[in-house]
Amino acid sequence: MNYQFQFNTVFAAWPLLLKGTWITVQLSLTATVLGLLVAIACAWGKTSGPAWLRFVVNAYIEVIRNTPFLVQLFFFFFALPSLGLRWSPYTAALTAMVVNLGAYAAEIVRAGIESIPKGQIEAGRALNLRPTQIFRFIILKPALKAIYPALTSQFILLMLSSAVVSVISADDLTSVAANLQSQTFRSFEIYIVVAGIYLALAVSFSALFKLIYQRTLNYPDRR
Amino acid sequence: MRTFGFPEFWFIVQAAQWTLALSAMAFVGGSILGLVVALSRTSESRAARLAATLFIQVFQGTPLLLQLFLIFFGAPVFGLDINPWVAAGAALVLNSAAFLGEIWRGCIEAIPRGQWEAAHALNLGYVDRMRFVVLPQAFKIALPPTVGYVVQIIKGTSLAAIIGFTEITRAGQIINNATFEPLRVFATVAALYFAICWPLSLMAARMERQRAKALTR
Repeated sequence: MNYQFQFNTVFAAWPLLLKGTWITVQLSLTATVLGLLVAIACAWGKTSGPAWLRFVVNAYIEVIRNTPFLVQLFFFFFALPSLGLRWSPYTAALTAMVVNLGAYAAEIVRAGIESIPKGQIEAGRALNLRPTQIFRFIILKPALKAIYPALTSQFILLMLSSAVVSVISADDLTSVAANLQSQTFRSFEIYIVVAGIYLALAVSFSALFKLIYQRTLNYPDRR
Repeated sequence: MRTFGFPEFWFIVQAAQWTLALSAMAFVGGSILGLVVALSRTSESRAARLAATLFIQVFQGTPLLLQLFLIFFGAPVFGLDINPWVAAGAALVLNSAAFLGEIWRGCIEAIPRGQWEAAHALNLGYVDRMRFVVLPQAFKIALPPTVGYVVQIIKGTSLAAIIGFTEITRAGQIINNATFEPLRVFATVAALYFAICWPLSLMAARMERQRAKALTR
């Protein structure tokens, strides 16, 4: 092996890498918040909506879960503009991520709502709690606690699969890496550093989520 | 300019064989390596446990796309000749091994401690204990999530399109560049993936329900 590794070209580009990292985190966080809203609406539609709505929600969830994210991204970026919609790679990427996460999180949220026993809600009423109090203390908090681990690991999966949006140049971390690669031809050095950044992001977010759990949701369960 | 007719449609359908071949390769390779990972993760040796944990952390903590790039662009650096087939296969095998290893670790740990102790009391060695006592029972628990994970592998093979391997997604891109009818092209591509993955998802869900029913009986 007579290849000379040159990491200085990679580290010289640190402001670009930092900006890409920020865009990846920003995309993932925004998509998670918006995707969660979609998921809550879908969970409601699936559990208590009319029959036609249940069918639509089910179709959405099954189609998204059984097709690759890359194809969904192509659909939003290439197919929808052919119908006259104009949007930037960033917006297309964000929309694809929201639609994708919404379908996965819908099942998680539904499981969370169903995990609250009816007797607990009735107990709340018997204690003369107001409906908003019942929702806040009896439904929302335990449901959030039940879905928290699944939801946070879904967030990390989404952040890692967001590397795919680089194929439409959405300015994220992997897009920055691809640009640097075409300017410097130091592919291996760039991709190993960027993979390291993703690993650091995944490890620190999972530690952060654990800390938040211990601070806010770590109270004793009935079970 | 070409229009999107039957020959174009058929070109994409035929590419499905490469998606399936790549998925099969990833599943077989990933299963073998994944079993090693699961066994190391549950082994009594600290070094083996540490190595398996590290492997899982690295391959679950980085994007599959970057693993693919690292193998595809990294192999020439180490003087190896590589084509998209080998690169995509290797990346998918390593990635699936990490996820399957972690799924199967849970299944092995779900076997009650008493079973291990009984095997020990019968003077079975490690190999016999695993082969006749633990793994057959773990296999039953592992079946539904493993079928579910195959769906993830099939979807993951779409990333091979980015390094130029002609499977369903790449075939769709090629046809789209020739016909400029992205709506029809990508609807076809999505429908093909759906036709392959949905039956598997339904099967995994049914197997899971049957298992839950068997447990409550």
